[in-house]
Amino acid sequence: MQLNGITKRFPGVVANHDIDITVRRGIVHALVGENGAGKSTLMKILYGMQKPDEGTIAIDGEQVTFSNPGDAIARGIGMVHQHFMLADNLTVLENVVLGSEKLHGIGGRARARIKEISDAYGLGVRPDALVEDLGVADRQRVEILKVLYRGARTLILDEPTAVLVPQEVDALFDNLRGLKAEGLTVIFISHKLGEVLSVADEITVIRRGTTVGSADPRTTTTKQLAELMVGSELPSPETSESTVTDVAMLTVDGLRLTAPDPDGVARVVLDDITFTIHQGEVLGVAGVEGNGQAELVEAIMGMRVPDAGVLTLAGADISRTPTRKRRVAGIGYIPEDRHRHGLLLEAPLWENRILGHVTEKPNSKGALLDPAAVRRDTQRIVTEYDVRTPGIDVTAASLSGGNQQKLIVGREMSHHPKLLIAAHPTRGVDVGAQAQIWDQIREARREGLAVLLISADLDELIGLSDTLRVMYRGRLVADADPATITPEELGSAMTGASSGHLEHEPSAAEGGEDR
Amino acid sequence: MKIFARIDRERLLLGLAAPLMAVVAAIIVTALVLLATGKQPFDAFQIMVSYGFKSDSQVYILNRATEYYLAGLAVAIGFRMNLFNIGVEGQYGMAVFFTAIVGGYVNLPGFIEIPLLIITAMLVGAVWAGIAGVLRVKRGVSEVISTIMLNSIAAQGIISYLFQPHRLAHTTDGGNVVQTDNLPKSAWFFTITGNPAAGPIDGFVVVAILAGVAYWFVLSRTRFGFDLRTVGQSESAAEASGVDVKRMIVISMLISGAVAGLVGLPALLNEAHTYGDGIPTGIGFIGIAVALLGRNHPIGIGIGALLWAFLDRTSGWLEFQGYDKEIVGVIQGVIVLCVVIAYEVVRRYGIGRQQRKVGEELAAASVTSHQQEAAA
Repeated sequence: MQLNGITKRFPGVVANHDIDITVRRGIVHALVGENGAGKSTLMKILYGMQKPDEGTIAIDGEQVTFSNPGDAIARGIGMVHQHFMLADNLTVLENVVLGSEKLHGIGGRARARIKEISDAYGLGVRPDALVEDLGVADRQRVEILKVLYRGARTLILDEPTAVLVPQEVDALFDNLRGLKAEGLTVIFISHKLGEVLSVADEITVIRRGTTVGSADPRTTTTKQLAELMVGSELPSPETSESTVTDVAMLTVDGLRLTAPDPDGVARVVLDDITFTIHQGEVLGVAGVEGNGQAELVEAIMGMRVPDAGVLTLAGADISRTPTRKRRVAGIGYIPEDRHRHGLLLEAPLWENRILGHVTEKPNSKGALLDPAAVRRDTQRIVTEYDVRTPGIDVTAASLSGGNQQKLIVGREMSHHPKLLIAAHPTRGVDVGAQAQIWDQIREARREGLAVLLISADLDELIGLSDTLRVMYRGRLVADADPATITPEELGSAMTGASSGHLEHEPSAAEGGEDR
Repeated sequence: MKIFARIDRERLLLGLAAPLMAVVAAIIVTALVLLATGKQPFDAFQIMVSYGFKSDSQVYILNRATEYYLAGLAVAIGFRMNLFNIGVEGQYGMAVFFTAIVGGYVNLPGFIEIPLLIITAMLVGAVWAGIAGVLRVKRGVSEVISTIMLNSIAAQGIISYLFQPHRLAHTTDGGNVVQTDNLPKSAWFFTITGNPAAGPIDGFVVVAILAGVAYWFVLSRTRFGFDLRTVGQSESAAEASGVDVKRMIVISMLISGAVAGLVGLPALLNEAHTYGDGIPTGIGFIGIAVALLGRNHPIGIGIGALLWAFLDRTSGWLEFQGYDKEIVGVIQGVIVLCVVIAYEVVRRYGIGRQQRKVGEELAAASVTSHQQEAAA
């Protein structure tokens, strides 16, 4: 596949100009660039969702024009979107055949074809499972299968690893290698450079709407790639001197939570969680997703009622305090899923500035809202936290992920929290915004903020934290010193392979006593 | 600044586009139906307009619209919370019945009697709606199901049991008419008579307008209203932001029911002064259509209520002129159908358009700043 001189103009702007890419058959070709560099526009052109103003697309030497995704599918190009497009209440089989009933029907033939594809590429998809019962990684495989089912020979994957944990990423990459081995072409869009280097055969870098170069993954380092991508040096999450004090800010003692699983049986999701975060301390919690981190956050926020345990914030018992009072008492919250818990997507930015702090100044006076003050303060947040938006009346949904996150961080920091709960604060956020968010957390920490940091990005955890804990099956099974630990050592504790106090060079005497 | 103004103007245009599209589509469909039955559509429209704008029609339309408006507000409160209160019908039925009973027993000076009766109506409506709220929160029963069932329990159960000559009602007119005790004169609400030939305008229109203002103020200017809208937009975000979602569901059902309680009062306090044939039924369902048509906006609901009352008024006259009066039912049905479709189409178009615009603005901004950097 060959793209030559692709240019796309929107009124007054050029989103893509002079893009030249050649993708050879049967390889994994990565397209890297910051958010907003023009990757998405390019992919939309390739998938027929938008038409280029200039330039040509050729497939197998034959020039083609796509006027809609149907044309692209007919040419064997399929796309796996970043946000899955599956119907939760249907089975995998039903989701796959939906819209392609003509190909192999909706019954036994379709099922056989699905099994065949699944086995051929090692996808391990069960046709009769309900999609709502599947995890994120399984859903992604269903999406891939859907595209293959429609006969795609070239797959475009838009930020496929953004929602996966390291182990799942490895599994995905194995799948991609399987596809490649069968002669399929994969175009992989990402800004996670380590992943790109590990899976891609060829790399094209896009910056400010144009191709700035290509790289050979065998000889390039992440640092070189990053510099090519942002045009300057890569930020690092490292903190400098320690600011930890001995004043306890949040104490969690013996927290235990049970929740019913899908079969209705009560399962322990948090078991005897005990820790203390001091003023000026960042406590990082590592763990494979689904080991209780989300429940821990929700228990501290008061969104779940624990079965046992005492929570103390700045000396006051908040175990039975409702969520709103906890927030007023000084808990700032950067939620894991900002679309579900942090924003009102269809409301304007200034209303989003009120969310979660409706009782606090400047949002309200007594029982009344104070829209004028809110608007002024939203404008301030937009300026100070560099939220890129044409105004505060646009809806939150129209901002990019990074800018949405900057707005949330700005909002939470504006209320001077004593404790900040940051769950995956830089997930799905571009490099520039990532550096800013890290800076803000560091700065607040210097001023005495206590931070509970939960992240799947181990570099981020090690770089920002003063203390590290590892969560496994609802328990804090290990702790580590971020100054000496490596991501690999942390990773092995996350899978339950080691526990206790993790030393940089683990000796045989360790491990096991907590299990 | 230019950008803000443009986005706001666009939002307004998009907001108006949907109901206009719906009404236009309804007129076209109706015209086709009329043509199919061999009638001249524009004659029918002509008859409707000329009759609907006569002064006695205007008064009638305003009085009916008062009831429809209150019902629309009650439904809209639920909609803003993502609750579908189909039970306005039962809530106002119960409210107006028990208010008539209380009014028939109590005879106090007007300035006490009328507020007492209004509060009674609101309380009864609130309690009846509150049952659905509590069921939803405690037992997870969908308010759609429970309010429909409560409608039947109210009309076919409680009211039809109590509203019998030997229970809470008596017969008059030689035993032909069943009614409750007449309200004392002090319970009569004031009326406005501009043109004696056109008849009096119900004073309750003032209450309806006040209710609309209160609806706007509470939802857009108070903390409580913000919490309510938050739950409506995203229950998960509301919970994370510290709203007690379950409590909010019960409270908003109570408020919705209290407003629903007012629906029957113009008929009771302004017109019939007793519970009987003079109390209309079915307004609760009209309220759903009116709230949809008015997009839950206090002014929009008002326009919807007036349009609906206009259509009701003219349907009778159409029949008189040799048309099928069901044609108005067709118009009403098509309007509701089109409104639902048009809103969704316009909403999606609006979101997509704004996202695209924001992207373009930002790209333009970054290109200029790079150019400036390059020039410097």
